[in-house]
Amino acid sequence: MVHSAPGGPFDEDKAVSPEVMEKLNERYNLNAPLLEQYTDYLSGVAVGDFGPSFRYPSRTVSELIFTGLPITFELAVYSILFALLLGIGTGIISALKKNTYLDYIPMTSAMVGICVPSIILGPLLTLIFGIWLEVLPVSGWGDLAGDKILPTITLGTAYAAYCARLTRGGMLEVLNQDFIRTARAKGLSETRVVLVHALKGGLTPVIAFLGPAMAGLLAGSFVVETIFGIPGLGRFYVEAAFNRDYTMILGSSIFFSCLIIGLNLVSDLIAAAINPKLR
Amino acid sequence: MKNNLFVILLIFLTACSESIKPVDTAVENQILYIGNGTEPQDLDPHIVTGVPESKVLMALLEGLVIRNPDGPTPLPGVAMNWDISNDGKTYTFYLRKNATWSNGDAVTANDFVYAWKRVLLPSLGSKYPDMLYDIVNAEEFNKGKIVDFSKVGVKALDRNTLQVKLKNPAPYFLELLCHYTTRPVHQPTIEAYGEIDTAGSQWTRPGNFVGNGPFTLDTWELNKVIIVKKNPSYWNNGVVKLNEIHFFPVDNASREDLMFRSGQLHVTSTVPPEKVESYKEKYPDNIQVDPYYGTYYYRFNTEKAPFDNKLVRQALSLALDRTLIVEKVTKGGQQEAFSFTPPDPNSYFPPTTLEFDPAKAKELLSKAGYSDANPFPSVDLLYNTSEGHQKLAQAIQQMWKTTLNVDITLTNTDWKVYLSRQSIGDFQIARAGWIGDYLDPKSFLDMMVTGRGNNQTGWSNKEFDNLLIAAANSTSQVQRFNNFYEAEKILMDEMPIIPIYTYTRIYMLHEDVQGWGNNLLDSRPYQFVYLENKK
Repeated sequence: MVHSAPGGPFDEDKAVSPEVMEKLNERYNLNAPLLEQYTDYLSGVAVGDFGPSFRYPSRTVSELIFTGLPITFELAVYSILFALLLGIGTGIISALKKNTYLDYIPMTSAMVGICVPSIILGPLLTLIFGIWLEVLPVSGWGDLAGDKILPTITLGTAYAAYCARLTRGGMLEVLNQDFIRTARAKGLSETRVVLVHALKGGLTPVIAFLGPAMAGLLAGSFVVETIFGIPGLGRFYVEAAFNRDYTMILGSSIFFSCLIIGLNLVSDLIAAAINPKLR
Repeated sequence: MKNNLFVILLIFLTACSESIKPVDTAVENQILYIGNGTEPQDLDPHIVTGVPESKVLMALLEGLVIRNPDGPTPLPGVAMNWDISNDGKTYTFYLRKNATWSNGDAVTANDFVYAWKRVLLPSLGSKYPDMLYDIVNAEEFNKGKIVDFSKVGVKALDRNTLQVKLKNPAPYFLELLCHYTTRPVHQPTIEAYGEIDTAGSQWTRPGNFVGNGPFTLDTWELNKVIIVKKNPSYWNNGVVKLNEIHFFPVDNASREDLMFRSGQLHVTSTVPPEKVESYKEKYPDNIQVDPYYGTYYYRFNTEKAPFDNKLVRQALSLALDRTLIVEKVTKGGQQEAFSFTPPDPNSYFPPTTLEFDPAKAKELLSKAGYSDANPFPSVDLLYNTSEGHQKLAQAIQQMWKTTLNVDITLTNTDWKVYLSRQSIGDFQIARAGWIGDYLDPKSFLDMMVTGRGNNQTGWSNKEFDNLLIAAANSTSQVQRFNNFYEAEKILMDEMPIIPIYTYTRIYMLHEDVQGWGNNLLDSRPYQFVYLENKK
């Protein structure tokens, strides 16, 4: 399917001679019949070899994936931590102060947070903190102090908003149940009631959301990676499509699919471990 | 609660409000930060073709001669001096004895013979072998017609003397030698990681790379940064003031702009087109509008009706108001193009003019047989997706509609589709641009010779081809240029292409950067660049 997209990996504005084109096609086995290329490729993938990248002649697809993955993963983990901290915190407060301004304001912001895409939020934050206030770098990852803050916030905000709404919903449900009343009747402090007894049940929806969220963060990080110039996997993936880097497109697609399936499985298992009802 | 949040935010902001502007500390450390376009594909001078790659290679490898940052005449590089025979066909280069590789080995004449053999070996698949085609038998060797490299006209007379025999006097040969394709590579390093004709081996990685330029490769993190450091064993390291250069791959113009404004870059590779106008007022000291050796043009598919008719092509050109285009549409200091080769005030100045004459345009179109009864068919204009190309295409669409009542459909595709449709002739009019590889009209006119890979118009003209051959064989530069003038006139009369404007290079430059220079090809050796506080 990738092959049938018009344009080839070696098309460039400086036309190359037919002899050179022939050599290049030969080197990457593009002259062989499609079926043979397909079986060759699959037998490579079976042993973990995704082949060489067309765009970066001295690098293999596996190398590209493993260069980008740790960075994308780091970004995703920071974002999810940010989302959990902010989201659960606001969620609990909203639930406790139900129908007061401490509920309305955070929940309205959460709605806004869900709606504003990172492609708008990112440049906006950059403009405010990078250009006007000059306190945070606008681009990079791990080079300058604080350059991980803006990407994390940009990517994490929407998820924080989801977390907040899910926590609020979960908490409200749990707080009305009998065992909470019992706990309060036993004279436990309100903090203990909320953080120990109620939170455990209240977080179930958040945990169920974590797996798909992590997958979404990994796969969807390319926008944030592009805005902030982060050398993660998402950018390689998108550029590969533009460059007709056949092997890289296939390799990263296969890789992402496996990752997403894996993460969903893990999240289901955790949910089952925490909540006996699901077993 | 709200107050607490505010306090936390304040603490957090003060905590990270130490200087985060790398350019502020750069002068002290002599570190230059450059925005360098897309991520380099590789750093093998015989494999790569792009501008970002060429900028990094400028720091890492040095050829026989180097580009003069301020003018057209190349400066001595590895070659200390050279002799040119009276017939202009034999060049003898005398290499400096103190030129060394970064591992301490001497740079010898044999290194050049080895490197040029590598470029010409058909099995390497270099995309720029034609840079060396002026050498006797080079083309034949590259096309596999001869297999004995000793028949190619390049020979090491001794350790420090290199002799090159050309098939015809090529006054631009020294120009060609500024190109990275002609730079030497370190044989033991190449062969430690593969064969002479292995493309894509590991020799270009930091730690493996052995170069002979003013800088050595220190770090290469994909999509993040390439860092080069001053090379202590470079023969002329006394003049090198910079300690490091950081090349950032930034393919997004707005991000690059933000990086410059927040002090993360000294030099950008471009300026977002919509900001050029306002930056001229806001940052007059930083915005640079340099003339550039390139032409923006539209090509016709002359093999298919209606553009197989010269009158139609001429009519469309006459209906273009180029002055209006550069003043109101592109607005980046571009010059109207009246020839294919951009004028170089120091040498070749094409004699052609392309007028804007709507009445004559109409007349030619009706001469070509189009009238109200037989209206001109609607045609397609192909360009690669970009706001700049789009704006220009719309303006031209409008001009052709109002003057000639010609309907143009705009088709934009992504880069690779755009390239492949042109190479197979699947277009009617296509946007195109060409930047000369070296400062000589041949770099442009040769493209339009019958059957050249970048001709892509299907146009063929015997007289034009013969003039180019005559130019190649001329012994004097005057005679040579006269041939080019004639060829240029034929091209501008036949109009397989219509030149629109001459490019400018627009970029931002920090005021601390000194010794930057200015030449038509936007290539500058970094040994002459340094940083000095100007604020």
